[in-house]
Amino acid sequence: MTDNTAGGDVRLAGISKHYGSFTAVHPLDLTIPQGSFFALLGASGCGKTTTLRMIAGLEEPSTGTVSLGDREVTHLPPYKRPVNTVFQSYALFPHLNIYENVAFGLRRRGVKSVKKQVDDMLELVQLGQFAERKPHQLSGGQQQRVAVARALINHPQVLLLDEPLGALDLKLRRQMQLELKRIQTEVGITFVHVTHDQEEAMTMADTVAVMNGGRVEQLGAPAELYENPKTTFVANFLGTSNLIEAEVLESGSDDVVVSSAGAKLRLPAGRCSTTPQAGGKLLVGVRPEKISLVHADEEDTIAAGRNKITGTIADSSFIGVSTQFVIDSPVCPELEVYVQNIERDARLTPGARVVLHWNPDHTFGLDAAQAIDAGIETVEESA
Amino acid sequence: MRTPITWLRRNLVVIAGLGTLAYLILPNVVVTVFSFNNPTGRFNYAWQEFSLDAWKDPCGVADLCGSLSLSLQIAVWATIGATVLGTAIAFAMVRYRFRGRGTVNSLIFLPMAMPEIVMAASLLALFLNMGIQLGFWTILIAHIMFCLSFVVAAVKARVLSMDPRLEEAARDLYAGPAQTFLRVTLPIAAPGIAAGALLSFALSFDDFIITNFNSGNTVTFPMFVWGSAQRGTPVQINVIGTAMFVIAVLVVLAGQTIGNRRKKAQPK
Repeated sequence: MTDNTAGGDVRLAGISKHYGSFTAVHPLDLTIPQGSFFALLGASGCGKTTTLRMIAGLEEPSTGTVSLGDREVTHLPPYKRPVNTVFQSYALFPHLNIYENVAFGLRRRGVKSVKKQVDDMLELVQLGQFAERKPHQLSGGQQQRVAVARALINHPQVLLLDEPLGALDLKLRRQMQLELKRIQTEVGITFVHVTHDQEEAMTMADTVAVMNGGRVEQLGAPAELYENPKTTFVANFLGTSNLIEAEVLESGSDDVVVSSAGAKLRLPAGRCSTTPQAGGKLLVGVRPEKISLVHADEEDTIAAGRNKITGTIADSSFIGVSTQFVIDSPVCPELEVYVQNIERDARLTPGARVVLHWNPDHTFGLDAAQAIDAGIETVEESA
Repeated sequence: MRTPITWLRRNLVVIAGLGTLAYLILPNVVVTVFSFNNPTGRFNYAWQEFSLDAWKDPCGVADLCGSLSLSLQIAVWATIGATVLGTAIAFAMVRYRFRGRGTVNSLIFLPMAMPEIVMAASLLALFLNMGIQLGFWTILIAHIMFCLSFVVAAVKARVLSMDPRLEEAARDLYAGPAQTFLRVTLPIAAPGIAAGALLSFALSFDDFIITNFNSGNTVTFPMFVWGSAQRGTPVQINVIGTAMFVIAVLVVLAGQTIGNRRKKAQPK
């Protein structure tokens, strides 16, 4: 496979997948730039794995085309594609030892002397001394590294990772996230990573595509997605958002002013995913860590021009670096606020009257014609 | 070992195990001992004196070695036939959805459940109605038929427990359909196939009822033993029985030794 080094982008053009009357993936256009670390993020059943399998050739798309660089591969069987996969639960061959597992791809392509490459690859994933073992004699983390080595040794144009860290415990998962990121930077191959873990996607990927119900909801760099979600699903699935239903009072070219339960809030017009109409509805969102919290007695210390909401502390939980408050306010019964534990105000206990305030620039606006709680349930389900 | 009761309690498992083993092995011991007998009459039921005559001349009885060789041939061919067909059936039933799959699924296990005598009689009726000459081929067909269900059962269990991702992984790693089957599917299914083959061989080799109905003038080893038991039992039958037992035990021991050595070869 001499064309592996030529590389190129992965281009999906209008691909979809139906199983009978069920549509797993709606027509989808996606370009994954060469050498990038790309994550498909979504809850189980959102079509992310089906999309990955269509790139691998394990699933044939119902419509549309898959291209690698200039070459269309839509109808090529998986063994003729310069693409390799790291499977969920690894799928290591139980009857072969680690060395033969890693050498499998090279041998099938008729490479004669595999020893040096296999040894080098086992060194890369730090498993040199385990070459003679069978997969079941290795720990989960080690098996995971064998699976990566087995795929990477073929120098694929694209490496597909299907929830590769799902079976590992939290600490090991963090470690492997960094490890995979390191390997990707080192070898420079395009990685397409499927995961339901939003933290994992944000830590590792350059670009994240958030999928929901067989569609891509939004695509962008992790920080861009987090700061500027375009739908309630993305706002709720990536981290936590406080979404407030509000009425638009003024819609200027720079600022939009809205009102909710008597509180006037301001947000930049550029951060609205729709064009707000005066008199219309808008969902106003703000991330819990952007909000500051003061006791009601100190309301006058708040600088002018900040968005303000009053409320009562309903619940607080101390988690070390920060304290998470749930605030009952007229605009929203469950506003979440994360406060860094720098100077703790002893009066901030459940029942206390408080004022929440934040920089209006940290506010985003979403179309009110969508479910306000989209993406919340699915996060809990997969956790 | 304070009191006999505690001693008994601690060693109960060992005692029960030894007891079971004795129960299983005792008949074989009797057969072995009597293979060294030198009976006075035609029946080898009472111990007379030690002799190696039968061991020196195992084929000394007319037709014995002929029937033994026939039984081995039939067993080998029946094993090959049933294993190949049964493996294919097992894969088809697990991997594909086709019309009549449910029916095949239950019919295939009928030979296991049905009394052998019923099957023997119905097969004979079938062969007679079709005008087929009874003999080697009818025995082979009958044997393949009843061995089939055992192979299907053994292989199916193995294929069902196989992760379909393993084959996807093979295809993903540049193995075409043939390579995937030979390098991944078959080796992983091998223990099931081997178990089915061993069962087939043993079942075919010692089958009497179905064979007796469908053999015509052909005489297999079990039929020879049955026939001679009416007129007197030559010591050679014990010799063949003992030899088969010893060979079987040696095969098992060899298998275990190889398995242990492989385990030890793994670096710690």
